[in-house]
Amino acid sequence: MINAPDVGLLSLFLASILTSNVLLANFLGTCSFISISKDFKSSMGLGVAVTMVIGICSAICWAVLYFIIKPLGIEYLSFIIFIIVIAAVVQMLEMIIDRFSPGLYLALGIFLPLITVNCAVLGVILFMQIRNYNFMQAVIFGFGSGAGWWLAIMLLASIRKKLDNNNAVPAGLKGTGITLITIGFMAMAFIGFSGMIAVQ
Amino acid sequence: MTQILIGPLAVAIISTVLAFLIAIIDKVLNNYGQVKISINGGKKVLEVKGGSPLLGTLAAEGIFVPSACGGRGSCGACKCKVTTDVGPHLPTELPYMSPAEIQKNIRLSCQIKVRKDLEIELPEEFFSVKKFQTKVESIKNLTYDIKEVLLALQDGQTVEFEAGQYVQLVVPPYGEITESVQRAYSMSSRPLDKTHIELLIRLVPGGIATTWVHKFLKEGDRVEVVGPFGEFHIHDTPATMVCVAGGSGMAPFKSMLYHMYETGAFQEKEIWYFFGARTTKDMFYLDELAELAARWPRFHFVPALSEPKPEENWKGDVGLITDVLDRYVQSTIDKSKGLEGYLCGSPGMINACINVMKKNGMTEDKIYFDKFA
Repeated sequence: MINAPDVGLLSLFLASILTSNVLLANFLGTCSFISISKDFKSSMGLGVAVTMVIGICSAICWAVLYFIIKPLGIEYLSFIIFIIVIAAVVQMLEMIIDRFSPGLYLALGIFLPLITVNCAVLGVILFMQIRNYNFMQAVIFGFGSGAGWWLAIMLLASIRKKLDNNNAVPAGLKGTGITLITIGFMAMAFIGFSGMIAVQ
Repeated sequence: MTQILIGPLAVAIISTVLAFLIAIIDKVLNNYGQVKISINGGKKVLEVKGGSPLLGTLAAEGIFVPSACGGRGSCGACKCKVTTDVGPHLPTELPYMSPAEIQKNIRLSCQIKVRKDLEIELPEEFFSVKKFQTKVESIKNLTYDIKEVLLALQDGQTVEFEAGQYVQLVVPPYGEITESVQRAYSMSSRPLDKTHIELLIRLVPGGIATTWVHKFLKEGDRVEVVGPFGEFHIHDTPATMVCVAGGSGMAPFKSMLYHMYETGAFQEKEIWYFFGARTTKDMFYLDELAELAARWPRFHFVPALSEPKPEENWKGDVGLITDVLDRYVQSTIDKSKGLEGYLCGSPGMINACINVMKKNGMTEDKIYFDKFA
């Protein structure tokens, strides 16, 4: 029923982290990327949360796509349905973590509501839809993209920490200005990976 | 036709199912059952339903921890000591905590969820804190931006407080303000009048509560207040009181002065009261206090203007209140019994006055103040 592309799971995983990094190749989820990356610890928390949410939402949305949306022929509503599903899943995750792991909630809890509106989540799920991934591919791609986002925000947070520590940045560029330039350089650096594994 | 219907119907059903799931999870997970809260080593034990923040849980039991924002974690007022381990401090608490407070397990009660049996410590005064239903008896304009609001307690309620304490005014949602907030105001009424609460409220541009009082509140309206709170009070020593106030900082001193005058309390104390304003437009209670000073030998009233206009014909002291205070402390005030500082006003004024007092040999542990936050 699904005309899934012929890619191995490992190469799909690596590709979603490096060659088609959701942040640096597709520029999705940039708002929280820029605002949270000024703090190393928060970046860690948000990175974990994004990875978890994208992974879980990919699995659930895959099921919704192939068991509800496609049989009913309502692909034109998939955006709306995905957004509703993501919001609900994030809400449930927040309640479950809050109850069973206060420690984890402490680290991730305040970021979970932020993720509902993180476009990386919706973006990854839409990629999954147009690329016709099968279930395993969708899950791997979801977790991989989340991990890629996590990697990118950790890199940026480290770079920003270094930049803050020396006064070489001109006053007019401090803060968001130099951050955007940094992201540009990072994106160019990540193009270097593009010859390694090609997954579309 | 069916094709058009299927889409919205599918979305509606999916939303309903998800909402239902969330409701079920919420019901199952947030059910902590009955929980015991033991206050001050078991002096008071509450049986409550778990799952809500401590602040609201206590309020539902009639114990009101002061809070200005109503539990959104934006004022940092609702601190209390939680001796039970409820996990490390949350990022939402940390901005309001000093390292010493973190060490002592001081928490923001609005951020702590009641999930298990808790042991907490609260100042004894909170037990006498009540919620009062009042009716606005009168609103008077004292200056162009300060109003005197007299509230009459309803339903036979009476209030017990010490001169200098404050209450929290509950501001209901109005206009574009969609959430109820609470703001603290010192009581200017006398403790002997147990059926009224008087507040002096200055209009702060953009202030939620002060705008409501100045633009919306009318005589006859119902208002809720919670109190009394506060450590600002007259200390029972023979030392001379040096009081400094500006603007609506008048309130606690009005209460203290008339209380002392009418009851003869703190017999040995001599009182100096410095009240600063910019022009006569900002001055109020001038005649009342001058008259009080004339009838009452141990009370000295020093009003001062910092920017009097020539046409105002001002006969009192001129200068910043700190300079006037400095002059009097150095030359006029009798220091033989020691001095105590009492300050109420803006943080800027208070800090400046503390510096002047310290410069004149007063020690910080004898300087008491009530800062407007």
